[in-house]
Amino acid sequence: MAKELLKGNVAFAEAAVRNGLQAYFGYPITPQSEALEHLSKRMLELDRVFLQAESEVAAINMVYGAACTGVRVMTSTSGPGFSLMTEGLSYIAGSEVPVVVVNMMRGGPGLGNIQPAQADYALMVHTVGHGDFHAIVLAPANIQELIDMVGLAFDLAEKYRTVVYIAGDGSLGQMMESAELPPMKPLPTERPAWATIGAKDREPNAITSLFLGAEPLEAWNLHLQKKLAQIKENEVRWQEYQTEDADLLMVAYGTVGRICTSVMREARKQGLRVGLLRPQTLWPFPAARLNELAGQVRGILVSEMSAGQMLADVERAVAGKCPVAFHGRLGGVFPMVDELLAELKKLDQEVSK
Amino acid sequence: MSVTVNIPADMEVVYEYPRSMNKVYTHYCPGCPHGILHRLIAEVIDELGIQDRCIGVAPVGCSVLIYKYFNVDFVEAAHGRAPAMATGIKRTNPDKIVFTYQGDGDMAAIGTAEAIHAANRGERLTTVFVNNAIYGMTGGQMAPTTLPGMVTTSTPMGRDVRLAGYPVPMSEILAQTKGAVYITRQMALDLPSIVKTKKAIKRAFMAQMADLGYSSVEVLSTCNTNWNMSPWDSMVWAKEHMVPTFPLGDFKMTDEVRALKVR
Repeated sequence: MAKELLKGNVAFAEAAVRNGLQAYFGYPITPQSEALEHLSKRMLELDRVFLQAESEVAAINMVYGAACTGVRVMTSTSGPGFSLMTEGLSYIAGSEVPVVVVNMMRGGPGLGNIQPAQADYALMVHTVGHGDFHAIVLAPANIQELIDMVGLAFDLAEKYRTVVYIAGDGSLGQMMESAELPPMKPLPTERPAWATIGAKDREPNAITSLFLGAEPLEAWNLHLQKKLAQIKENEVRWQEYQTEDADLLMVAYGTVGRICTSVMREARKQGLRVGLLRPQTLWPFPAARLNELAGQVRGILVSEMSAGQMLADVERAVAGKCPVAFHGRLGGVFPMVDELLAELKKLDQEVSK
Repeated sequence: MSVTVNIPADMEVVYEYPRSMNKVYTHYCPGCPHGILHRLIAEVIDELGIQDRCIGVAPVGCSVLIYKYFNVDFVEAAHGRAPAMATGIKRTNPDKIVFTYQGDGDMAAIGTAEAIHAANRGERLTTVFVNNAIYGMTGGQMAPTTLPGMVTTSTPMGRDVRLAGYPVPMSEILAQTKGAVYITRQMALDLPSIVKTKKAIKRAFMAQMADLGYSSVEVLSTCNTNWNMSPWDSMVWAKEHMVPTFPLGDFKMTDEVRALKVR
């Protein structure tokens, strides 16, 4: 496959098609509507299922229904729509069906705006709706990685029968860059044994998140926690840039992680030995590696397009081993290279005292 | 808790337990019509021969455990979301028969949007909509279909329409959608009406099997526990008080549905 110029929203939608997406249910919301528009044409061309729902509440429950029958299914949205989906996502998590959701985050709270942001971190990473659960949260920093993470998301969702989020932001959805799509994969022909597709020559299947007794529900929760522990053990992903000799470390994900690669290069030109850790999974978080690096560097600078939501996870991982500074921009504003460079210099001076 | 009966070879079977039902005791209160309605649906599934390609969507409410009583595949929806979940199942499995079983709160309050849009899209789904004018499982609060003046645990002075509005005529509303092909209101309060209700449920399933569109059978029911009545009195009360507010009959039946031979 050759590289082509692709818009982020179209790229992940087409990547899903090529990874065997059998059904898509969604509701338009800026800045991700191009995905829904692309699929409205592509899925019908391929004789697959596309439906524009009456709301995000309905969309996620359509996804839930389809997932119960063992098909590859996804939806995509942005902040306000994601809030509406949290009800359904909790049920999906509690009944162990595989689902992929893309959230191209925008500025909040409330209606906020349609500019890129990372302020849904806590909502996506620390819980799945009500109840105790974590989704696997993938955080791409460019369109190629966004494409590659779609296939990974489906594989992880099915492997663990769980919810997988792709946490992008409005800029990733809206920008165009050169990237390569995967080849078209054939659709799966079999359905898993647990799927509710009619009790033909077998006992009926029931898919539910209901466990009326306290002990049965605790046992179910322990089963879910065990699965999460396996995910934590096996699926932590991150990328490191020039950490070998670093004595200052930046931690940032997604678009801000990408900005930080420029910051790092500029800082090194100016004589600061700066490295970068970019989490590719926000849950599970690369806490162990970060803790190691915290023992190596003199200080850490965290940057996000939020008031500091990942910051709490960084501080927990660092556990006081070195100072942690923060620079965030809110409401859809990017942290710029010169700002972050100034913050790094400030941190350098403080830890040199 | 199962019952086994050995039938002598020289005897003809004239009655048997529906194959689509599990031989278990239900958790319903004595006098509750849910068991009757479950049985009617199971008989219809048996008679149409669709047990092995039928998927039910369970509601939130007293019938939340319905999947324990049916010998068919089931999923459990969030409150009000059954039509959306059923849409996801049916769109990805158009050869299967999908039905939702929903109460009045599910259908006419928290899930009104999902119900109307599923009907309007003409989803090939069948809904059995049980209207007993009260929230049973949560302990007798006002339902969207609670009658004016009716005392519930959240309308202790009786439903005041100036504060809480009027009973929602859900079947009349659904009948306005172009995608609905069969919208009817029945009652299951005596033997003749139970027989009629079964026929309506069968027609609704057949409409789906003929790929005609959305069908819903509203069934006026009772909740003797939360109405604080005997089962008998609740049946009498429902006929006297619910039927005038919720008139029985077919609110929509397309010519294709009418032409279905329902036996």
